[in-house]
Amino acid sequence: MLEVKNLSVSVHGQPILGGLNLSVKAGELAAIMGPNGSGKSTLAYVIAGKPDYEVTSGEIWLDGENLLELEPDERARKGVFLAFQYPIEIPGVATMTFLKAALNAQRRSRGEGDLTTPDFMRRVREASKALKIDMEMLRRPLNVGFSGGEKKRLEVLQMTLIQPRLAVLDETDSGLDIDALRVVADGVNALRDPSRGFLIITHYQRLLDHITPDTVHVMANGRIVATGGPELAVELERNGYSAYAAETV
Amino acid sequence: MTAHAVLRSNAESTLIKQFEAQGELARSPQRAAAFKRFAERGLPTRRVESWHYTDLRAAMADAAPLAPAPDRTAIETVGRAVKERKKLGAARLVLINGRLIEGLSDSLPAGAAVVSRDGQPLAVDDPMVALAEAMSRADCVVEVSDGAEIDEPIEILHIASGDGALSLYSRMEIVVGAGARASFVETFSGAGPAVQRHALATLTLAEGARLKHAVVVEDRVELHLESQIVDLEAGAELNAFALVSGGTLSRRQLFVRMLGDKAKIALGGLALLDGSRRADTTLQVVHSAPGGTSREFYRAIVDDEAAGTFQGKVIVENGAQKTDGAMKSQAILLSPRAQMNAKPELEIFADDVVCGHGATIGSLDPEQIFYLRTRGVPKDEAEAMLLEAFGGEAIERVEDEALAGALRASFRAWLASRGDRPTEGRA
Repeated sequence: MLEVKNLSVSVHGQPILGGLNLSVKAGELAAIMGPNGSGKSTLAYVIAGKPDYEVTSGEIWLDGENLLELEPDERARKGVFLAFQYPIEIPGVATMTFLKAALNAQRRSRGEGDLTTPDFMRRVREASKALKIDMEMLRRPLNVGFSGGEKKRLEVLQMTLIQPRLAVLDETDSGLDIDALRVVADGVNALRDPSRGFLIITHYQRLLDHITPDTVHVMANGRIVATGGPELAVELERNGYSAYAAETV
Repeated sequence: MTAHAVLRSNAESTLIKQFEAQGELARSPQRAAAFKRFAERGLPTRRVESWHYTDLRAAMADAAPLAPAPDRTAIETVGRAVKERKKLGAARLVLINGRLIEGLSDSLPAGAAVVSRDGQPLAVDDPMVALAEAMSRADCVVEVSDGAEIDEPIEILHIASGDGALSLYSRMEIVVGAGARASFVETFSGAGPAVQRHALATLTLAEGARLKHAVVVEDRVELHLESQIVDLEAGAELNAFALVSGGTLSRRQLFVRMLGDKAKIALGGLALLDGSRRADTTLQVVHSAPGGTSREFYRAIVDDEAAGTFQGKVIVENGAQKTDGAMKSQAILLSPRAQMNAKPELEIFADDVVCGHGATIGSLDPEQIFYLRTRGVPKDEAEAMLLEAFGGEAIERVEDEALAGALRASFRAWLASRGDRPTEGRA
């Protein structure tokens, strides 16, 4: 479903990705691991359509649709979801108001009507319960004053409500204690589905103790340099990234 | 020749003729003195420091003819329009062209009354205050008696009636007695693009009085010049807010004196500017007594080639110890040609005070817009959400649910009209 072909990306004239190839099939959970600065977050942002990222060559296809021709909100409505490493704080916008706007925007693009308030509230309440999110928190302004764990759980809540076709999780494990990590992992596992693809970006193996990947890619210097199964993550945890980082220099 | 001969601009000459043609009214000593104060100074130019960003003499090519007293037909027409408007509070007063129309107004709730007398002479040193004092034909004085507690707002509708170029003058005086509590909302409405409006309001708060006051400027008036003169005695509290979404050129000036100990003010506003409109808020807050608290919180959204101005001066006089003052002005510019002038000032002559000010001018945060868009929210809607949040934080300080709700509805209507308006690069 996701095909990234020979992708090269520069940010402010600085090349970050150079000829990256990657594919994620429906039902597949792929992990991307790599050292800091290898371009993992850039890949996540480019898939989501962040401005200021200049694609100098290559293509990104989702279900036969050229994502690079779509605006970020169009990509989202086609099924791309990015869970942010650092979710953005938006003062003055109640979290609940934001959730409703997001869900309804997605529904409208599918030709469905807006959710009624009781229906919306029921969905939010159910999804929040599993993620141990207090409804009181959802009345506060979006991400403002939330702890790191609260922000990440809210990202997973949004993903649960939106039910994306492709979920990209950018360092969702960073800043989480072990309990929060388990809650977040359970949330991701609950969404695993033969029709959905996951791209999980992480620096450490510890998230993959709770979410078993189908595929593990190693990224270094803006490219995928190795691909394997879950055992590759274990090997990386033991030996570090030095072998891969050195290879491409 | 008289001393008036030194005045040169067309508008100034017309104003002199208009005042002299008022006959008996012009001969009242209070109005004559006020007009003399105006005539000595003339229309302010940018050389007057407090008018630096609004060159009124240049902007006012001429003074429009004085609006006539409304006739029966005009009163009936306004009456029908007013009936359609949702009432904001307990009672409504309707003024047409600056004159209170009793037939369209409600009787006020117990504890409040319209009093038949002229407004008090004003000691504010500003030519436009003097002009409005001299030219206003019928002062509207509302008194809230000592200890009265009025929960629901009293609405004052200032309606313009008549076609083409007109000058309107109005003068309100709101006097809140000791320990009394009341809230008022003044709405300026109905003026067309050739109307020049001069509005004067004095708010006088006796000891321990609490007043909430909101102003809405929503019509397409050419010129909206409004002066608010506020005096607070000991322990009095004022919360005053203004939503400005109309007017080609608007200038709101506030002169606040905190005369008694431990008085409290919270001033705020939201200016919504598009096209080539100009809006200027200039305020002066004087702490004359110890233990006072002042908060100013103003926000502006400026689009197209519009320009906003905020000038705030807080003066803490010698002896006003333990003053606690904080002033903030924030603006979002939505277009590269939009402009905001912010000039906060503090003058402190007491040594034991806590005072601060801050001003920010920026654009919408692209990171916030991107985040919303990654959830499927279209760009226009994402921008509207952020603008609504930005303005909403100013409105929420009104601390009166009925008033805040009405202000929010006007604000949303402005945001919605922004989406409908053709802008550059968008057909």
